[in-house]
Amino acid sequence: MKKLMTLVVLFMTISLSAQDKNAKGSLEVDGVCNMCKARIEKAAIKITGVKSVKWSVETHKLDVIYDARKTNLDSVAKYVAIAGHDTKKFTATDEAYNAVNPCCKYRDEEVVKAHQ
Amino acid sequence: MMLVWFNRRRLFFGLFCTVFVTGVMSGQVQLTGKIYDGAAGQNQPLFGANIYHLKSKTGTITDENGNFTLDVSILPTQLVLSYVGFKTDTLEVLSPSFISFGLTPENDLEQVVVKTRRSSQFISSFSTEQIIRVSSDELLKAACCNLSESFETNPAIDVNFSDAVTGTKQIKMLGLTSPYILITAENIPVVRGAAQSLGLSYVPGTWVESMQITKGAGSVTNGYESIAGQINVELQKPVSDLPFYFNAFLAGNGRQEFNAHLNTPVSDKWDTGLYLHGNQRKRLVDGNSDGYLDTPLAEQINILNRWQYTDTEHGWVSFINARVLRDHRVSGQRDFRADLAPESQNAWGSLIDTQRADLSAKLGYVNPDITWQTAGIQGAWSAHNQKSSFGLRPYDIEHQSAYLTLLYNTIIGDTRHKIKFGLNGTYDSYQERLSFDAPGLNLQSFERTERGVGLFSEYAYNDTDKLGVTLGMRLDQHNLLGLFFTPRLHLKYQILPKTTLRGSVGRGKRIPNIFSEHLNIFATGREIMVEGLDAGSSDSTYGASGNFYGLDPEIAWNYGVSLQQKVALGARSMTLGLDYYRTDFTNQVVVDWEQVGEIRFYNNSRPSWVQSYQFDLAYSPWGLFDLQMAYKYYDLSTAFDSGDKRPILIPDHRVFANLAYSLEGRRKDHPLKFDLTLNWLGNQRLPELPETAALYGQGATPSVTTINGQITKQWGSVFDWYFGIENLGDLRQEDPIVNGDQPFSANFDSSMVYGPIFGRMWYTGIRYKVQ
Repeated sequence: MKKLMTLVVLFMTISLSAQDKNAKGSLEVDGVCNMCKARIEKAAIKITGVKSVKWSVETHKLDVIYDARKTNLDSVAKYVAIAGHDTKKFTATDEAYNAVNPCCKYRDEEVVKAHQ
Repeated sequence: MMLVWFNRRRLFFGLFCTVFVTGVMSGQVQLTGKIYDGAAGQNQPLFGANIYHLKSKTGTITDENGNFTLDVSILPTQLVLSYVGFKTDTLEVLSPSFISFGLTPENDLEQVVVKTRRSSQFISSFSTEQIIRVSSDELLKAACCNLSESFETNPAIDVNFSDAVTGTKQIKMLGLTSPYILITAENIPVVRGAAQSLGLSYVPGTWVESMQITKGAGSVTNGYESIAGQINVELQKPVSDLPFYFNAFLAGNGRQEFNAHLNTPVSDKWDTGLYLHGNQRKRLVDGNSDGYLDTPLAEQINILNRWQYTDTEHGWVSFINARVLRDHRVSGQRDFRADLAPESQNAWGSLIDTQRADLSAKLGYVNPDITWQTAGIQGAWSAHNQKSSFGLRPYDIEHQSAYLTLLYNTIIGDTRHKIKFGLNGTYDSYQERLSFDAPGLNLQSFERTERGVGLFSEYAYNDTDKLGVTLGMRLDQHNLLGLFFTPRLHLKYQILPKTTLRGSVGRGKRIPNIFSEHLNIFATGREIMVEGLDAGSSDSTYGASGNFYGLDPEIAWNYGVSLQQKVALGARSMTLGLDYYRTDFTNQVVVDWEQVGEIRFYNNSRPSWVQSYQFDLAYSPWGLFDLQMAYKYYDLSTAFDSGDKRPILIPDHRVFANLAYSLEGRRKDHPLKFDLTLNWLGNQRLPELPETAALYGQGATPSVTTINGQITKQWGSVFDWYFGIENLGDLRQEDPIVNGDQPFSANFDSSMVYGPIFGRMWYTGIRYKVQ
């Protein structure tokens, strides 16, 4: 019985760590176009521990698979904001926002309109 | 796509009892309002519509009467109003008065949609390799009855004129013939071994879903044989193909073809498709009255059955394919009778009878949680049996082939670093019987068995921006080739946002199937000589000891650079391409036609090389008008015993142009499409020894210009009709058969085809589709 318990615990630890290794999450990131997509994805994939990222122009959702032992969604949001894109938790500084390409100025309705 | 739409006029329209309060109102304000269906009127409220702040994205939804209340901290503010099936709107709220707003249904709006039309062939600037992706739309531009004709509108591939013996158009890439191109169907080599000369005509055009053409070294995943490039064909799949498709074709030279596809789901996970092809040409056509058929009489039945298993939930996908083929061709003099023994008649004729069966299966797994982890296993088996005779010269070949690949894909760290590991095994067994001399007296038999196993790995880096690197390596152990290493490298760098530079290096190695690759050698009176073979003794068997015709394998390095530039011209962009590829043969099997009465195969004593320069342009100047142009220059040097020379029948300069125009009438789905393709070929060298001048003329062919045109009328997605004319200028090669009046003499030669034999030719066809 004790052996079995050890096995169960061991198995749980393994599966738990396996989950940690490939944790999935998503966050909302503002942006308008495929250039934004490239910028957002590039900022996120460069973070140590982030394994795969995908941002959708339509839904503004950034799906992330990451090693939860090395990073978390907050730091993804932070780096994306540094790259100039607003998330719910972190808003890009004006300096970072101003650095994005004029066509990607997602806070400007005229730009948003142009990307319809 | 979510549409955020802002319209000042509508805003004023939508605001009730407008009291303009200029300046900024601060403090908490409660906004109230009602959202309704703008098309149906105010008594059609929208329940569950979203109202949220443009900036903060916080908001609320409407109740069953379309009413909402929303707290605002500052005015003016901008609210986004959205509802499924309606155009999302943005409203600027200046005052805290009641808002009544009608949303516009999505389909109701007269909107200008700027559609980005992707051309039917393009090079993605994301991929590291120079890959030209060809969609099925492109394949409809010309009446491509089979794969050999589907490259007619493609600037990367050169399509030759069909020779009088096989009726098949051979292709070339970077100045090299098709044996140097790895041609696969869903990554299984198809135009290979015994099928080398005719294999392209065994893939009907309608079976092709899309194609990817890689120039240069290519990937190591499909083997070590490719030198000039790779062509992969994706076939129609039971799940994505139409439930029913029918195509019939008729041409002025008597060619008739039909294709039928039947696809049906069998259960929730299994789908099956039956693809039938038949073609025949029964009419004797001799337009130039030289006594020889311009195109062979032909008959083909080709049946493919596919089974597809899809389980997206668990990430499994599988294909099982079975194909049987029977192909029959007769050519030569009009009086030749295919049903009588060749030696019992005075007329010269050729007869090629092929039977082939293929079985293949593929099982792929994509980890549904971690999509970068995929694994696959692919197996294929084929049996090919060709019996043929050319005059009194027999040529029979039997080829059994088996192929197995295991593949595993994963990442290193993150998806910028992808890595592939694989293992593949091949088995080929060949039996050939032929006569070296035209009277059919010097009979020879060849047998060989090839077994190879290879380990490969391919690492791909993509910085998601400018740089892409793909490095592939494979190590093979082969019973005839020994242990050898094949490296392949591709680089991509986006110098400027619209400028992409690519480079590639790779090594290829292959065993030449000298006879099946050059079927046309038999259709001459020349004697075949293979250096290293004791050709004097008759009925001898070679190769059993692990040799292939006493020759060494071909080894070549291919290097290439290409530059792709996009230029904005007004609202449209033009794509310019410039590329240079060089192939260096450290070892080549030379086919030497330079001496009268002989065709000699030997290993080169000095290096041979091929240089290919290409400039191309793709542009849509307006609307649905597409233009493609290419200029190519080939500089070749083959180490013949008689000196370094260009090989025969390869033009030095080549110009290609394709114009496509789609005329949309009142109904956009009933377009009338026009296609025009121009090909100009410069001079091609002919065997040029003094004693052959009498036979072949000046040593070089004149230049050749051909223009093909096609009109397609589409009726929605149900019915198409097309009509086209090949060779509009009615250009013909005069006297394509050398010494045609003496077919059994040593100087007879029907292989020197450099232009169309048949003049202007019409064709027409229909396509019927059930969605």
